[in-house]
Amino acid sequence: MSKTFTLDGKEIPFEDGQTVIQAALDAGAYIPHLCHHPEFPPSGSCKLCTVKIDGRQTASCTRRAEAGMTVESDTQELNDERRSLTQMLFVEGNHFCPSCEKSGDCQLQATAYQLHMLTPHYDHFFPNRPVDASHPDYLLEFNRCILCSLCVRASRDVDGKNVFALGGRGIGTHLTVNAASHRLADTDFSADDMAAKVCPVGVILKKRVGFAVPIGQRTFDKKPAADYVDSRLPAKED
Amino acid sequence: MNAPEKKKLKVATTSLAGCFGCHMSFLDIDERLFDLVELVEFDRSPLTDIKHAGKCDIGLIEGGLCNAENVHVLREFRQQCDILIAVGACAINGGLPAQRNPLSLPMILEEVYHTSPGLHNGLIPNDPELPLPLDKVHPIHEVVKVDYFMPGCPPSGDTIWKVLTDLLAGKEPNLPHELLHYD
Ligand code: SF4
Ligand code: SF4
Ligand code: FES
Repeated sequence: MSKTFTLDGKEIPFEDGQTVIQAALDAGAYIPHLCHHPEFPPSGSCKLCTVKIDGRQTASCTRRAEAGMTVESDTQELNDERRSLTQMLFVEGNHFCPSCEKSGDCQLQATAYQLHMLTPHYDHFFPNRPVDASHPDYLLEFNRCILCSLCVRASRDVDGKNVFALGGRGIGTHLTVNAASHRLADTDFSADDMAAKVCPVGVILKKRVGFAVPIGQRTFDKKPAADYVDSRLPAKED
Repeated sequence: MNAPEKKKLKVATTSLAGCFGCHMSFLDIDERLFDLVELVEFDRSPLTDIKHAGKCDIGLIEGGLCNAENVHVLREFRQQCDILIAVGACAINGGLPAQRNPLSLPMILEEVYHTSPGLHNGLIPNDPELPLPLDKVHPIHEVVKVDYFMPGCPPSGDTIWKVLTDLLAGKEPNLPHELLHYD
């Protein structure tokens, strides 16, 4: 018999070594998350996956499942905090969804809908990081980066290229390109890289394909984030 | 003697640094407008001739703040309206006009009125009649308290209808998931 824990009163089976969020998503139970990806070790930066285990808050993407633990996730308290975290991400960047080609396919946006965010609430930072359009096939819109480090992990651990890094400190932390020029064109980044497909928001964008999918048929037009428990946009076939 | 008429709610609307798209979306409630005018009376609005808002129950604000006059109008609305609603992406986060925020205002004015090709020795307008632009575009909640937010660029007619009918029924407005979008 497999081991289980309870999540919001529901029995969730797990295998030894699985994290709480892995087991939950495998069982079709949604826990909001942005930096978790089933194919990568956890990063623990977005904090949206925070749950209460035996009365204490902890990130469910870094916490290993244990038999018999009591996990609370879908509570007003946790969802209110998650909404605040999401609002912080919106004001830290320039999230002008009306002109973003990731709109409707964006995990940050879909998660904000899921959490019923009506407004980013806080005062905006309006950062000013110039777009890198140097690469022939891809562009980087740094002002939408949520620092989930998925592209960093994908490029380093899967592609073996180390194209991306997070640099700076505090609010100055930002995505950077590992080339002396800091230009994507001066790296060996290519369309076949996993890093080219993994960004959950509108930073790493393929050129000349934006706005191809009709409104109503985009990923999260069809399914809310909660029903999209596979956690990741399908790798878009080119 | 006539039976006393049921008191209609007063609604004022305005467009600050908006595109009038939220107002067009409002008109997209189509024939429901006939139901609406039975229930509400419009005060100051681009759809009426009233120059200044009187005491109102609901104020709908489209657009962010991009110049001094926007700020005056917004303050008038806040003073006169019991419930103030930010309608659309611009009122909520500055919207696409806030994409000018990383650029310096003098540089933008120079470019538009002075140096762009075809403007031989153009001048930046300086008549005191004209409201001065603000250094940055701001969401309206940075200047006044906002009671409710209706996202969308624009929010759909159905969204606007849902919020108004909730309020008319004396309920806290509540947007279901399918009416919630930012684009
Ligand atoms: S990245 Fe997502 S949240 Fe940000 S502007 Fe684009 S669609 Fe909106
Ligand atoms: S570019 Fe995208 S994948 Fe990379 S850290 Fe930023 S949000 Fe994450
Ligand atoms: S998913 Fe756990 S911290 Fe981001």
